[in-house]
Amino acid sequence: MRAKKMVDKIKELMYKPERIRNMGIVAHIDHGKTTLSDNLLAGAGMISEELAGRQLYLDFDEQERERGITINAASVSMVHEYKGNEYLINLIDTPGHVDFGGEVTRAMRAVDGVIVVVDAVEGVMPQTETVLRQALRENVKPVLFINKVDRLIRELEVTPEEMQKRLLKVITEVNKLIKVMKPEKYNEWKLDVTNGSVAFGSALYNWAVSVPSMKETGVGFKEVYEYLQNDEWKTLAKKSPLHVVVLDMVVRHLPSPIEAQKERIKTIWKGDINSKVGQAMLNCDPNGPVALMITKIVADPHAGEIAVGRLFSGTLKPGMDLYIIDRRAKNRVQTVGLFMGPKRVEVEEVPAGNIVAVVGLRDAAAGSTCTSVEEMEPFESIQHFSEPVVTMAIEAKNPRDLPKLIEVLRKLAKEDPTLHVTLNEETGEHLISGMGELHLEVKVEKIRREYGLEVVTSPPIVVFRETVTTTSPVVEGKSPNKHNRFYIVVEPCPPEVIRVFKEGLIDLKKTDKSTKRKILTEAGLSGEEAAGVQEYFEGNIFVDVTKGLQYLNETMELILEGFRDAMRAGPLAREPCMGLKVKLVDAKLHEDAVHRGPAQVIPAVRSAIFAAMLQAKPTLLEPYQKVFITVPQDMLGNVTRELQGRRGQIIEINTEGDMVTIVAKAPVKEMFGFAGAIRSATSGKAIWSTEFAGFEPVPPNLVEEFIMEVRKRKGLKLEIPKPEDFLS
Amino acid sequence: MLTLVGLGLWDEKDITLRGLEEVRKADIVYAEFYTSKLVGTNVEALEKLYGRKVVVLERKDLEDESWKIVEEAKSKNVVVLVAGDPGVATTHSSLLLEAKRKGVVTKIVHNASVISAICSVTGLHSYKFGKSATVSYPYKGMVSKTPLKVIKENLSVNAHTLLLLDLNPEPMTIGEAVRIMEKVDDGTLNHFAVGVARIGGDCYVKCDHFYSLPDHDFGEPLHTIVFLSKKLHFTEYEFLREFADAPKELEEFVE
Repeated sequence: MRAKKMVDKIKELMYKPERIRNMGIVAHIDHGKTTLSDNLLAGAGMISEELAGRQLYLDFDEQERERGITINAASVSMVHEYKGNEYLINLIDTPGHVDFGGEVTRAMRAVDGVIVVVDAVEGVMPQTETVLRQALRENVKPVLFINKVDRLIRELEVTPEEMQKRLLKVITEVNKLIKVMKPEKYNEWKLDVTNGSVAFGSALYNWAVSVPSMKETGVGFKEVYEYLQNDEWKTLAKKSPLHVVVLDMVVRHLPSPIEAQKERIKTIWKGDINSKVGQAMLNCDPNGPVALMITKIVADPHAGEIAVGRLFSGTLKPGMDLYIIDRRAKNRVQTVGLFMGPKRVEVEEVPAGNIVAVVGLRDAAAGSTCTSVEEMEPFESIQHFSEPVVTMAIEAKNPRDLPKLIEVLRKLAKEDPTLHVTLNEETGEHLISGMGELHLEVKVEKIRREYGLEVVTSPPIVVFRETVTTTSPVVEGKSPNKHNRFYIVVEPCPPEVIRVFKEGLIDLKKTDKSTKRKILTEAGLSGEEAAGVQEYFEGNIFVDVTKGLQYLNETMELILEGFRDAMRAGPLAREPCMGLKVKLVDAKLHEDAVHRGPAQVIPAVRSAIFAAMLQAKPTLLEPYQKVFITVPQDMLGNVTRELQGRRGQIIEINTEGDMVTIVAKAPVKEMFGFAGAIRSATSGKAIWSTEFAGFEPVPPNLVEEFIMEVRKRKGLKLEIPKPEDFLS
Repeated sequence: MLTLVGLGLWDEKDITLRGLEEVRKADIVYAEFYTSKLVGTNVEALEKLYGRKVVVLERKDLEDESWKIVEEAKSKNVVVLVAGDPGVATTHSSLLLEAKRKGVVTKIVHNASVISAICSVTGLHSYKFGKSATVSYPYKGMVSKTPLKVIKENLSVNAHTLLLLDLNPEPMTIGEAVRIMEKVDDGTLNHFAVGVARIGGDCYVKCDHFYSLPDHDFGEPLHTIVFLSKKLHFTEYEFLREFADAPKELEEFVE
């Protein structure tokens, strides 16, 4: 009965965008994000209060519960009353583990605000920074919940003064991040205890306080301190309940879709803001064209694939035909609905400003733009801050299951764009690549459990990158028919240039010439190069510095295809390339188009790039991880030994009480199996986490060994190719 | 020695007597139908008439592995049969160049080519042709603008344009070529053209407005188009009227 009533309320409120808050919760792992989500849900009457805090409602994947971390971002809607009005709060849960960074970023697109959760004892952690940075980049406004305040009193036994000092330190640190990352919004977004954009409490014990709540309930820090010392947290939870304080803060400080879309559309959409759809999104107009951005695809045993996303304008109804812009497809909406925990509730229609679950969009993937406007500019592709670094081969135990395995892999890749599935042409085995060992393990588990498929996997393998360290001579690449010649130089690309593209500061199609020139020359390109950049592809750029060549224009797309081909698999070990500036300095083209078609241009350009790379002191890069390990003092030696055996470098050692935290950096390749090793080295007493730390050159003495290792695995000739191999 | 023997336009019988002599005394006979095709015949018919085994070369043999043929020609008499006149396809000139560089003696036996035969069947003056161009199949939706550009350049000097049609993967028809060109047309193609099918065989020639060409049944390939210049010599017009059923309106373009 109660659930039914709740659905009715939600149905009513979804038409009042000024009463909607679309928000997410972000935190470092284990800072209590899922517990907070559950207790907010319980408080809002979505689940029983007794269960909350124990059942981890949002972690509805069986696997997630076992691992105790939230893997898939799920969406729920709940109702909260504030000053006599009811509000609809759509909550998207986001994973905290670094291996799932792609999902965090995607969830950020759908929300307008976030609660940043920080553990009062541990303070701001590296992951807090990463997720907050992702939120700020998407123009998402933060509020702060400082969790586990009871630990300060009960475990660390700090004085009231010291407690306040510690809490202030956390706020200052978060504000520092906002100031650095979002200086233009700092005055507006700065967290301030007095205006109530910060709350303190315990998600587990279900209480919270903020300055506005203190005024209403009379429960201030002094009272909190007393209740906790006397172990009267139940009374505290009754007098100053978590969900009221936190959801009040959300309603008060996080923007409604109406306010948020006015500001955020420009950040997440680069089309013409004066167009019909642009204006409709800006105004969150339910009567405008449909503009929906998919943030996640969920597999449902009954309904099949469900696309979850944020509806920025228009009203979604079953029977509508939507264009999936990025897939050049058209699908019909079968049903529309909202999420309540794992339950999807179907409704007749959903208007702009809401998070919606749609059945029928079979071509949509996470990140897709679905719209009623055929030529709508898609939402810019979502940027992932982590790139796939680990691969494993996977095969069906029973060869008969192969077709099923292929189908399942296709589905998983669609649900999670950070998971790459490729076929090894030489061996015929399927390879899955992801952002870490854990990321892949989770996917494999999913294949086993949810799809009931027995599979065999290889140990994880690191994916290297091929790069160059100097400038190549001008290399002449000839087409097979020998009538076309391409003159190519390859050299290292300034990292700043790559960053500019990666962060989407430049769009080659849209950014005007002078801005492009200014940004790129400041990043380290010459004026001539800046004007000639034709393409950015997975951390590499292609630059045309030729002048007035006839027919080059209509050949450029083929040349770029040759470039992309080369970047996907380089000459050393057919690993992806990274950090290259490929320059076309001259070309000789056949008069007739049929003699400079794809079969001629693509291989000519690819071979020239390979030959040039091999003459530019090529080398390998490998992915690194930052590792954070906290252990009792006396085990420090065991930990450093374990790290040093893995080519690890210790960066920092911090002591707090009798515990010590080691921050180190190590190649991902050496970190496989670290979980087991550190457990046995420290009798299970280590608490540790990792973070992706980018790519770094492989030590010179190991380069050849690693190249051969990869070539052997891929069934390639066991020698390093020479430039002549690519020139005829 | 490397000898390129032209086979002319249509079938095995178009070989010249000189060409046939070269084939008969060769150590090895290759044929190449990648750059052009003899649609009126097949390899078996060639072998039967010439009394020699004929090995067909693929594109790869002619491009990436051309050195193998040249190497072989160092010690043997190698004949490569090609449709039309050797050297008109630029691929052949590359082969001759490579042979010359490696000290292999080369020889050419000529034959008719569409380049000259087009004048015979349309009555258009050979002096009045400009650059030619190939209409290629779009690649990933991209249509080459080169043929259109060539037509424009030719129109500016009052020259006809010979449009060859892509052969790979399938010989293109006049109807397909018109539809492809239409995608990049900026108004230039609003003029008359001549469609020619199966030149050298049961040739069919029809003059009409460029966009009306697909309305006529040209039958089996190979097809070719001549895009006419804006001024015609009166004999050109008369010939097109008598042999290509030219429409009355063409008369206003006669000088």
